Amino acid sequence: MSFGVPRPRPRLDADNRAFWTGGGEGKLMICRCGDCGLYLHPPQPVCRKCWSENVAPVAVSGRAVIDSFTINYQPWMPGLEVPFVIARVALEEDPTITLTTNIVGCEVDEVATGDAVTVTFEEDDGIFFPLFERAG
Amino acid sequence: MASGEAYISGIGMSEVGVRLPRRPLLLTLDAIREAIDDAGLTPDQIDGVATYPGKMSIFLGFSPVSSDEVIEALGLQTRWHLGAAEMTAQLGAIEAAAMAVRSGRARHVICFRTVYEAGALANPEEYPPMQRKEVSGASQWVAPFYAFSAANWVAQYAQRHMHRYGMTREQLSQIALNAHRNAAKNPRAIVKEPLTSEKYFAARMISSPFCLYDCDRFTDCSTVIIVSAGDALDEVKATPVRIAASAGSVERYSWDQADWPGSHATGKALWEHCDYGPADMDIAQFYDGFAFHPITWLEGLGICGEGEGHLFIEGGTRIALDGELPLNTGGGQLGAGRLHGFGFAHESVVQLRGEGGERQVAGDPKVAVATSGGGPMAAALLLTRD
Repeated sequence: MSFGVPRPRPRLDADNRAFWTGGGEGKLMICRCGDCGLYLHPPQPVCRKCWSENVAPVAVSGRAVIDSFTINYQPWMPGLEVPFVIARVALEEDPTITLTTNIVGCEVDEVATGDAVTVTFEEDDGIFFPLFERAG
Repeated sequence: MASGEAYISGIGMSEVGVRLPRRPLLLTLDAIREAIDDAGLTPDQIDGVATYPGKMSIFLGFSPVSSDEVIEALGLQTRWHLGAAEMTAQLGAIEAAAMAVRSGRARHVICFRTVYEAGALANPEEYPPMQRKEVSGASQWVAPFYAFSAANWVAQYAQRHMHRYGMTREQLSQIALNAHRNAAKNPRAIVKEPLTSEKYFAARMISSPFCLYDCDRFTDCSTVIIVSAGDALDEVKATPVRIAASAGSVERYSWDQADWPGSHATGKALWEHCDYGPADMDIAQFYDGFAFHPITWLEGLGICGEGEGHLFIEGGTRIALDGELPLNTGGGQLGAGRLHGFGFAHESVVQLRGEGGERQVAGDPKVAVATSGGGPMAAALLLTRD
């Protein structure tokens, strides 16, 4: 699936590196508190609940459910190919963690709230963008 | 008039347009001049300046003028000023000014919001667009998926409301239809052409469920609100409007982690700070950067229950100028232009003073709520003519 223009690249730092590069090993890495177990996204160096600094990225299953979505029709930049689906997906491990992503591998009008989806990575020069496909 | 209270004593607005040749600092001057004249003040009486979000060098069209520049350029003698993005949203600048005059730090504060997003597009050398090759901070979680616009982010809130509560596009369309109807009676509105249901449904989609008419459009304008201390009102000639309460919140500083826009937390908090309740509102000026926002404010402020906003606006009669709760009487941002929050305070004052002309709400309205923000941050002002 082509979008016509390269994806904007996140600037890597100590907090976000695991998220944006974990796809190199096929893993979706989400920050988690090692003391109270809370998942934290966006990743940060302290738990927002217990203030523990014992937080680290862990691999999650990559299974999620579409929480909401929109079909984007507007070419926001020259060359951007439309339409495509932008979605918020809720992670199986903790549905309060939602990732903005693109749903790929199907027609835009096939996508529905509640659909089960699984992660798939698209690489561009060392950055692994987590996209999602409808499961099954 | 009570000391310890804060009032809006003057309002002003520059020319409102698309790709205006006049420079943003001079648009700001136009609006300040009008507001000072309106209040019956002179520049030497101004001792405070506040703005949101302050000058944004990475996105100049969004906010091209700083409070420091205004103080310098106009030779103001201030004792207090502010220009900040890290606050509860656009109207938070007015709330901060109210705190300043209540505490005695200032007597008459110019609050301004200047936008130049259309003019900036026409002059990219002087107003470079935001670069999108490398992203960091909050935008790294959305931009890599081509979710560049708040249209994409807010559309997903709207889509979720449709899924959970059954809102239809027919119901959603009432916000834009109402905005266009009211804008036609507002001489300063940028939208002049009427909107019909047929035209709405024939419009191209931007980001489902939003079509072209559900999204505000880039506008060039400066809007000014002067906030004065209660014990300084003997210096003011205009009918004062009291800032009876204010509230603001940020749920999660993230567009895709919050469960709802900040309007819910802010709406609830507004009534905790005062003796008024939702039933006391005569008019509503609710942020409508996108058509779904006012629905979240109707629910957040408790005018209807959660998941009932689309039923409240169904058919458009309740929110019309002669309805039980006239909404966005000047056309809102969908009709009057993307004044970015301050337009809702401005129009509230126009209506509470009875100066709305052809669009004036009948029945001598005395209580208005103006809101701003539609993402994780939100702000609300309760404005009364006592």
